[in-house]
Amino acid sequence: MSTPTTAPSPSATGAPPAPARRAARRRPQIRELGVLLAVVVLIAATWLHNPGFLSHQGVRDLFLGATVLAVLAIGQALVLITKNVDLSVGSVMGLSAFGTGILFVTFPGLPVPVVMFAGVLIGLLCGLANGLLVTTVQVPALVVTLGTLYAYRGLNHWWAGGGQVNAHDMPESFLALGRIPVLGVPLPAAIAVLVVVVVGLYLAHFRSGRELYAIGSNADAARLSGIPAGRRVITAFAVNGALAGLAGVLFAARYGTVDSTVGTGMELQVVAAAVVGGVAIAGGVGTVYGAALGAVLLTTITAALPIWQIDQFWQQAVVGALILAAIGLDRLLALRTARKLRGGGARGA
Amino acid sequence: MPVAPERVITSPAPAPAAGPDRPGGARRMASLLSLRESPVVAALVVALLGASLFVDMFASGRNISFLLLSIAAIALMALPMTLIVVTGEIDLSVASTLALTSATLGVLWESGVPIETALWICLAVGAGLGALNGVLVTVMGLPSLAVTIGTMALYRGLAYVLLGDRAVASYPQSWVSGSRDPFLGIEGLPWIAVAVLVLAVLFAVLLHATPIGRSLFDIGNNDEAAHFTGTPVRWTKFWLFTLSGTVAAGAGVFWTLQYGTSRADTAFGLELQVVAAVLLGGVSIFGGVGSVLGVMCGVLLLGVIRNALQLFGLSSEVLQIVTGLILIASVVTPNLVARVRAARAPAPASVSAPVPDSTDRPHNGEQS
Repeated sequence: MSTPTTAPSPSATGAPPAPARRAARRRPQIRELGVLLAVVVLIAATWLHNPGFLSHQGVRDLFLGATVLAVLAIGQALVLITKNVDLSVGSVMGLSAFGTGILFVTFPGLPVPVVMFAGVLIGLLCGLANGLLVTTVQVPALVVTLGTLYAYRGLNHWWAGGGQVNAHDMPESFLALGRIPVLGVPLPAAIAVLVVVVVGLYLAHFRSGRELYAIGSNADAARLSGIPAGRRVITAFAVNGALAGLAGVLFAARYGTVDSTVGTGMELQVVAAAVVGGVAIAGGVGTVYGAALGAVLLTTITAALPIWQIDQFWQQAVVGALILAAIGLDRLLALRTARKLRGGGARGA
Repeated sequence: MPVAPERVITSPAPAPAAGPDRPGGARRMASLLSLRESPVVAALVVALLGASLFVDMFASGRNISFLLLSIAAIALMALPMTLIVVTGEIDLSVASTLALTSATLGVLWESGVPIETALWICLAVGAGLGALNGVLVTVMGLPSLAVTIGTMALYRGLAYVLLGDRAVASYPQSWVSGSRDPFLGIEGLPWIAVAVLVLAVLFAVLLHATPIGRSLFDIGNNDEAAHFTGTPVRWTKFWLFTLSGTVAAGAGVFWTLQYGTSRADTAFGLELQVVAAVLLGGVSIFGGVGSVLGVMCGVLLLGVIRNALQLFGLSSEVLQIVTGLILIASVVTPNLVARVRAARAPAPASVSAPVPDSTDRPHNGEQS
């Protein structure tokens, strides 16, 4: 799952000499393998400590818990790779979750897929607005999405007006989505896996996907080499919005109860998951596999703490320490790669 | 550091006609009231006039006092944040620092430490938390956005570790009401507001009238150039983060005493309000541009709007939409103005770097 990463680069930009390229390429792989290893060790150790952790129910909870965060982190990774950030994802997810619920209430006859599509569409539109603001008016994404974080949340509060949608308002077939197994995993988790594979392949193998990295590494250079940077960034934001919408739909299906506070404070957790998974906030680096793994790691920690009889109150401190460790490790690896690249150049000369 | 900050916003490079001239003493005046913060000053004046005219209770001493108390903590944290953002960095951990200090104060007070001693310990703790941010950013060279997202979770988590979901609320009544007491008996002027004002003046002098302040702008404009011209870039940033932690700790102490409680979830999400106020006040997220006056107006503007809407009977939901739209408008407006000016000015033939059209810009001044 963590192998393809950035490897098969069609080298749209000038390619460095072969050994250097290999060294530069290896870094993200190490990074994601590290996160994967952490997840596996954590799960194995917790399971040895208490086999109940991997009971049928336990696994399902783990999958479902990670799904929403993973889908959000995948979208965020796309945006982060272009050297932007989207702080509004929590609000977008809340808006879409409530929109999904309210559609079921207002139009009880509507088929489930249509409603789900509408939920995704809400997210897509929100993301599109972010992308357009960021690119056309040249306003930094951090500021724009901080603004839309409030605006979308306020819109949701205003729309919901303190009300909430309960499970009995939603059709049974929709709520069952969270329970239907596909190849042994719950459907939402299967959707998340599908999303991560599709977006991962796109980023690794498609020209426009590779161009996102070029934009994140050096937007001016990308522009000068003919990449339509503005359009690509808008697309990244729109896809991120659509995925936040999807996360909202999945949230509604899983919990059945939706009010206007869904997803509050989620944005930083999502950025954290992506960062832990090796997506650099400075842009141009990282994969969606890493981001999804980061989300799984954060969720697993949350699930594992009570089994280790560690106070739940430690959870956030652990997450914080983990983020710091992840970016610290990233920095060390980057320095080592830089040294290697210099060393390789000297040998070649 | 992504170079070319402020290409679009303040310096319509080829058209020096209207833009604030960089060199000379005029620059100081220009930085005091430039294109970027004049909208927020105007908006504040309009909001104040509108609120006093159309909202019944707004201009009463009681309400003004309430308003000033409600923004005091944000104003405090916004001061060092201004300096940090001017250098092109950011500190998202301030609200968590506030909460952790508040929790520390609670635990110390519970275990019988005299409150005066506890206050000083809290300030020291805050300085330490800020210094940790500073070390991670300067010594390890990590981007401050990522570092402070990490410490935001870490410090908040430590507050939970200290207090769990308990609350400490047994503070002496004299201390609890102390910060709210009117200054010199003037109704509508709580003591803490005067303290914030004094601090704001100190920060304004530091930023706009000292070599240190000058160097902060230099760092924000181009920290490599600043480094080569002898500015101790790392030390400066380190001390800024330490200062930010200390001031956030002060805000934590004030918050605790104002409400008479310590809770781990105190001030959750407040960091975004602080950042919003700073950006609203005309500070560029890319660094190099900003003023204390603008930021204080930004804090006040958000506070006045919130307060007036509440008195008007509008819900806090509307306030959230308004906050978001104001924030977006505050960054969109200067851009549009600059564009209109650039379009009107006769473009000289020798424009070396045309403004990139319809493309993105890096989201902030993070360095790798």
